[in-house]
Amino acid sequence: METLLSTVLPARLEHLEELVKSVSDCARSQGFDRKRIGEIELAVEEAFVNICRYSYPGKTGDAAISCRLDNNRFMIEIADSGIPFDITQLSDPDITAPAEARGIGGLGIFLVKKMMDAVTYRREGDRNVLNLIVMKEEER
Amino acid sequence: MEITTRKEKQVIVVSLQGRLDAVTAPELERRLSALIVQGELFFLLNMNGLEYISSAGLRGILATAKKLKEKQGKIVFAGLKGTVEEVFKISGFLSIFTAFDSEEAALRTME
Repeated sequence: METLLSTVLPARLEHLEELVKSVSDCARSQGFDRKRIGEIELAVEEAFVNICRYSYPGKTGDAAISCRLDNNRFMIEIADSGIPFDITQLSDPDITAPAEARGIGGLGIFLVKKMMDAVTYRREGDRNVLNLIVMKEEER
Repeated sequence: MEITTRKEKQVIVVSLQGRLDAVTAPELERRLSALIVQGELFFLLNMNGLEYISSAGLRGILATAKKLKEKQGKIVFAGLKGTVEEVFKISGFLSIFTAFDSEEAALRTME
């Protein structure tokens, strides 16, 4: 497995742009097309923003991000040492509800699951480790 | 992100350029809220120049739509494309909001 990117950032929104750009550049270097890169950026934003908002209630903390290549799988790992939270267990929002009945939660995670080929979660010691997996298309 | 607004008869046309993400969405929501407070009820969001939207952007739009609904106002969209259109579709926003191909088409029906 080849590590393409590894970085640790304070889990604060002011670092969102920098993070998304790093992962995006990394995905571009792997030959993903513009549409897929947009989807990767979205998944990374949603996962990072979730950590910024909920992982460290009342305190600050970091998020560790790495991009790896494992055969034809591009894997983005996003880890934090905040409160345990498994986004893969979250139920999907009701996307058929009318506007006035729509809740504001859950949409981001739902988008992550829809956009990525696979999403895995594990609790490792005191860390939440989320893996976003994108399959590389066959070489043409 | 760049937010430009202008008024066409009773409709506020909002043109968005760039990225509507967790950092920029609160700014859009503030701008739209201020216009609603001033009494504006009809909004057309032209998304043609928008490259990207995340759930934070969707939340801001939803919050605005709820405020408008209470006042019998309305928000519609034009120029959805690429990933922005895909996100609208996946989230079910295309079934709760009206989206037009162009600003002109939207304005014709809102007159």
